[in-house]
Amino acid sequence: MENLLAVEGLKKYFKTPRGTLHAVDDVSFTIEEGKTLGIVGESGCGKSTLGRTIVQLLDPTEGKILFEGQDVTHLKSKDMREYRSKSQMIFQDPFSSLNPRMTVFEDIAEPLKNGGMHMDSREIRNRVEELMDTVGLALRFSDSYPHELDGGRRQRIGIARALALNPKFIVCDEPVSALDVSIQAQILNLMMDLQDSKRISYMFITHNLSVVKHISDDIGVMYLGKIVEKCEKKELFKRQYHPYTQALLSAIPTINIDQLHKRIILKGEITSPIDPKPGCRFASRCLYADERCFSEEPELKEYAPNHFVACHHAGNYNN
Amino acid sequence: MNNSVNEKQLIIEDLKIDYKTDDQTVHAVTGLSISMEKGECLGLVGETGAGKTTTALAILRLLPKPQGRILSGSIIFNGIDLQAIGDAAMREIRGKCISMIFQDPMTSLNPILPVGEQISEVIRLHEKCSKKKAMEKAVQMMEMVGIPGDRSDEYPHQFSGGMKQRIVIAIALACSPELLIADEPTTALDVTIQAQILEMMRNLKRDMGTSTILITHDLGVVAEMCDHVAIVYAGCIMEYGTLADIYKNPLHPYTIGLFGSIPDLNSDVNRLKPIPGMVPDPAKLPPGCPFENRCDRKKEICKNVKPELKTIDGIHSVRCHCLEENV
Repeated sequence: MENLLAVEGLKKYFKTPRGTLHAVDDVSFTIEEGKTLGIVGESGCGKSTLGRTIVQLLDPTEGKILFEGQDVTHLKSKDMREYRSKSQMIFQDPFSSLNPRMTVFEDIAEPLKNGGMHMDSREIRNRVEELMDTVGLALRFSDSYPHELDGGRRQRIGIARALALNPKFIVCDEPVSALDVSIQAQILNLMMDLQDSKRISYMFITHNLSVVKHISDDIGVMYLGKIVEKCEKKELFKRQYHPYTQALLSAIPTINIDQLHKRIILKGEITSPIDPKPGCRFASRCLYADERCFSEEPELKEYAPNHFVACHHAGNYNN
Repeated sequence: MNNSVNEKQLIIEDLKIDYKTDDQTVHAVTGLSISMEKGECLGLVGETGAGKTTTALAILRLLPKPQGRILSGSIIFNGIDLQAIGDAAMREIRGKCISMIFQDPMTSLNPILPVGEQISEVIRLHEKCSKKKAMEKAVQMMEMVGIPGDRSDEYPHQFSGGMKQRIVIAIALACSPELLIADEPTTALDVTIQAQILEMMRNLKRDMGTSTILITHDLGVVAEMCDHVAIVYAGCIMEYGTLADIYKNPLHPYTIGLFGSIPDLNSDVNRLKPIPGMVPDPAKLPPGCPFENRCDRKKEICKNVKPELKTIDGIHSVRCHCLEENV
């Protein structure tokens, strides 16, 4: 199948008073049409920055973003507008990502008015009602303000806004993290149904591994700005080559009380992404690190078919 | 007081709490009963607005005044009625016998006091000892929760989220409380840090014999930590039992729905089975079962009569009309 999106050597650095912050450092991946790439990692690993850079809310420091074969990093404003209508974003916090002074109707109509669709007011009303129906919002809420609605309904507004211009690609940045489990399941089902009916590709950013396992086709694990392991979903949960992925997966509390497994408890915390030292970024917390890990940075290599790992010792210790 | 009451460490009976605002009355807790033995870890599980935190605040008498009011019910801790004693006596208990870990470590520390001082403050208040001695103990506490003692004169902003939560835990445990109330202690943290904190809490419970009430919405965390579980919905307990009762044999439709909503890492399901609808507005609770509008097994009686919490087997009890005939 054809790649909808290809990211090549993407870097995003921020200048800070204490040095250069390497938020996203040389990340490459592809997403096929109608598929979902899950990006997992802990806070501060650069996953949100990666998402924002791809939808061009941030300019990359280096690297290419090919969308339908075209590099979108240096588009002129007219082409950029078109790209923006094809690639949308759903934000984490439905409490702060909506304008408190706009009604549900105005919120959903806004992208239709600004997206260059040239619709008259009746067309806009029809389209907004259609969108509200798609995401499961009752029409009686169209004149409500966000503060009158609960988190699940607010997130549905965010999804309706993202869908308004018929995008092909949506970056979902922790879309269900702020919601209760029963509502979370409703939203996940909705997003999967939309993918089936409209063939949208998702990049699904989350720290919740159970959610990412549920919704993704492929999964990339990020640590300090780098993808350290990437493969098909089932493969990742069957065997992990990177010690960080192993620790991350073992740390998830499971609801299966007969299977309380041995945890790998990592020492310490994520190190600073400002002017990182040479070598593997995980080395200081890694159980298997040796001298080489502290001096030479491992590359993302294919260890098994379609299973990429960035570790000098991948496969050399017992899994 | 009779003996059977004294064996229990904490007994809450038929607790009802309202929050009164200018234009409405919110029924946050609507008849909640708990009893806990010494050394037990009880998980209070429920969604936002279920009344979990309100119950915890009521135990410590920290309900916001004047909005929060206990309408009825009793809270008995070690044979003492916590509502009957005076403020000074309550201050003695708070922090020394019962202490609480709040959800958000970022806001529960004082930003302009060094962390060592925040820990030693509790010790000085409850144990008559010198400033120097208290500081020594504070440093010990920091070491115990895994933070180097020489960082005691640093300020909260110099620590990461996981470390701040460790400091909050150190404050809570400084006077070796008999009961620890942990309100979503790891919700704001990453999974690898969460695993560290949970491991630490388990060890502390083992070494110090502290009883714990763990408030959370994460059924995975409960599975790892708790002996008993109470599923809370709209201010009352819907199902209560041992870990095995709830996880292997959930009976209440809400409990079953909760388990259906979670993507499980060990099995592959294509679609989740969410619970339809929303939690009822706590200001306008229905007269019958609060779960009636979302329940797939509802009957006529559910609409008008609120079911009682009935014991099924051992301590496993369920609040549902539909189970009464089946059992």
